[in-house]
Amino acid sequence: MSVLTPARTSGRPASAQENFSAWANRHRKWLFAAPAMIFVGVLIIFPLAWTLYLSLTDSQGSVRAASDFVGLENYFTVLTDTERFWPAVGRTLSFTLVALACEIILGMCIALLLWRPFRGEKWVRVAILLPLVATPVAVGMMWRLIFDPNIGFANQLLGLVGIPPQPWLSGQDSALPTTIFMDVWQWTPMVVLILLAGLTSLSEEPDEAARMDGATAVQRFFYVTLPLMMPTVIVAILLRGIDALKTFDILYATKGKGGGSFHEVETLNVYAYGLSFDYNQYGLSSAVLILFFMIIVGSMWLLTMRKKAVSK
Amino acid sequence: MTLLTEPQAPARHRPQVARRKKPLRSRAYKTFRVAALVAVVLFLVAPLFWMLLASFKTNVDIYDAGKSFLFTPTGENYANVLQRNNYFVFIFNSFWVAFVSTALSLILGVPAAYAMSRFTMHRSALVVLMARVIPGVSLLVPWYYVFSNLKMVGGFEVLILSHMFVALPLIVYIMMSYFDSLPLELEESAQVDGLTPIGAFRRITLPLSVAGMATAGILSFIFSWNNFMFALVLSGSKTKTLPVAIFDFVSYASIDWGGLMAAATVVTIPIMIIALFTQKYIVSGMTAGATKG
Repeated sequence: MSVLTPARTSGRPASAQENFSAWANRHRKWLFAAPAMIFVGVLIIFPLAWTLYLSLTDSQGSVRAASDFVGLENYFTVLTDTERFWPAVGRTLSFTLVALACEIILGMCIALLLWRPFRGEKWVRVAILLPLVATPVAVGMMWRLIFDPNIGFANQLLGLVGIPPQPWLSGQDSALPTTIFMDVWQWTPMVVLILLAGLTSLSEEPDEAARMDGATAVQRFFYVTLPLMMPTVIVAILLRGIDALKTFDILYATKGKGGGSFHEVETLNVYAYGLSFDYNQYGLSSAVLILFFMIIVGSMWLLTMRKKAVSK
Repeated sequence: MTLLTEPQAPARHRPQVARRKKPLRSRAYKTFRVAALVAVVLFLVAPLFWMLLASFKTNVDIYDAGKSFLFTPTGENYANVLQRNNYFVFIFNSFWVAFVSTALSLILGVPAAYAMSRFTMHRSALVVLMARVIPGVSLLVPWYYVFSNLKMVGGFEVLILSHMFVALPLIVYIMMSYFDSLPLELEESAQVDGLTPIGAFRRITLPLSVAGMATAGILSFIFSWNNFMFALVLSGSKTKTLPVAIFDFVSYASIDWGGLMAAATVVTIPIMIIALFTQKYIVSGMTAGATKG
C-alpha cells in the first residue's frame, strides 16, 4: 500500500468524504473524547449548578413552586443543626472509617492467605466473587432476615452459646455496627482482589533478600511487602472510600420501607434523600448535599496527595 | 499433599525457583492456612445459602427455629414471585436497561478512553470520572424535575440514561488502563502501511481490545443490574427494575419473608451465573489501574 493518502495520489480535487475523513483524523482527539465528556458533563454540571442554586433558596413542597432567594440561610440552619445534621456527619464518617479499616485489614489478611498457590484455589475465588456481584438490595434483605430479632439466624446462633438475643438492626447502638458488618461482608472481596493483584505484581527480589538476611515472615511483611504495597493499598482505600461514603442501598433495604426509622443509621446520603423525597425540603437538602460533596472531594484530595507522596 | 511433588517440577521463571526452594513451611502454618481459608469461604457463602434455604420454606417454617435446616422444601414462593407478581416483566426490564445502557456506554466510552489514554488527557478524564464521586441524590432532584417536564419519567429512556451515567465512568476508567498497556508501535506501523489514524484505531486497536471491552462491558452490566437508587426515583410501574420490585414484598405491616427471599434470590442468581462464567474478566476489571501505582 502507498504511504500517501488517496486524496493526493489521484490528481482530482478531494471529494467531500475525503475532506471529512482528513478533518476527522486531524481532530480525532476531541472527536473521540467529546461525546462522552459532553454526556457526563450535561448530566452532572447542570444538576450540580441547580443544586447549588437550590441550596440558596427556600424551595420546598414542589420544585416547581416559586421560591425565594435566601442567601446562606440554609447553610446556617444546617451547620447549626446538632440534632440531625452533625450526628449524620458523624455516622457517615464513622461508617466509612470503620468499614474501610475492617475491609483493608481483613482484605490484606485474606490476600496474603491467597498469595501463594494452593489446592482448591478456584473454589475460594468463586466464594470471593459471590458477595461482590450480589445485588446490594437483595443482600440487605438477606441480612434483614438473618438479623431479625425474633426469627433471625444470628440470634439463634447466639442462643446456642447462651447469649441473650440482641436487637441488631433496631437497637440504638447496634444498628450502625450491624450495617458496617454487612458492608464488610459485601466489599472486603473487592479489596482482596485489588490487593492480590498488587501482591502478585510485586517483584520477588526484595523479599528474597530479606529472607537471606534472616528476616522472619512478620518482619518481611511489615518492612518489605507492606511499604511496597502502599500505593495499591491507597488505590483500594480511594475506590472503596468513595462508595462507602455514599452507601445507600443496604441502609435503605434494611431500615427503609417497613424497617422502622432511619434514626440509628441516618448518614448524610440517607438524610439528604429523606429531606428531598420524603419531606420535599429541596433548599435544605441541597445545602446538605453541597456540604456532603465538599467532604467527599476534600477527603479524596487528601488521599491522592498521600498517594503521590507514597509513590515518590 | 500435592505440595510434595512440586519441587521436582521444572521451574520456568526465577521467582518460582525461589518460591519452591523453600516449601518447608511448618505443618502448623499449613493447618492454619486451610482452617483460615475454610472460615473465609464459610463467612462469604453461608449468608447466601441461608437466603436460598429460606426461599424454599413456608413462612411458618421460617418462624420455627427447630426447622432451620430440616424442613420440607416448597416451590410456592417462587411460583408466587414469578407468576403472581409478574417478575418476568421486571427481569426483562432489568436486563433491557442494563444491556442498552452498557452498549451505549461502550460506544461513547471506548473512543473517549482511547483518546484520553493516547493523548494523556488526564484533566478531561477527571470530568468523566467525577461521575463516580458525586452522590447520586444530588443529581436526582434536578433530573426528576427536567425529565418529568419532558414526560420521560417512567419510560425506559430515562432509566437507560441514568444507568449510563453509572456505566460510562466505569468503562472509561477500565478502558483507559487497558489502552495504556497496549503498545503504540502496532498502530504506528499500521499508519506507515497506509492506514489513517482513525483507520488504525478501527482495524488494529479495536480488534485487539476485545478482551478489555468484554471486561468493561460485563462489569458495567453488573453495576447497572444492581443499581437501585436511580430506578427507585425514575422508574414507573411498567419499567420497574428487579432491585426496586423486591420492595413489593415489604409492607409497613408485615413482611412475606419466604416471598422476599425468593425474590432476592431471583434478582441475584442471574447476575451470579453471568459472573461465574466471566470470572477472569470481572477480576481484571475490578483490579484495573490498581497496580500501576
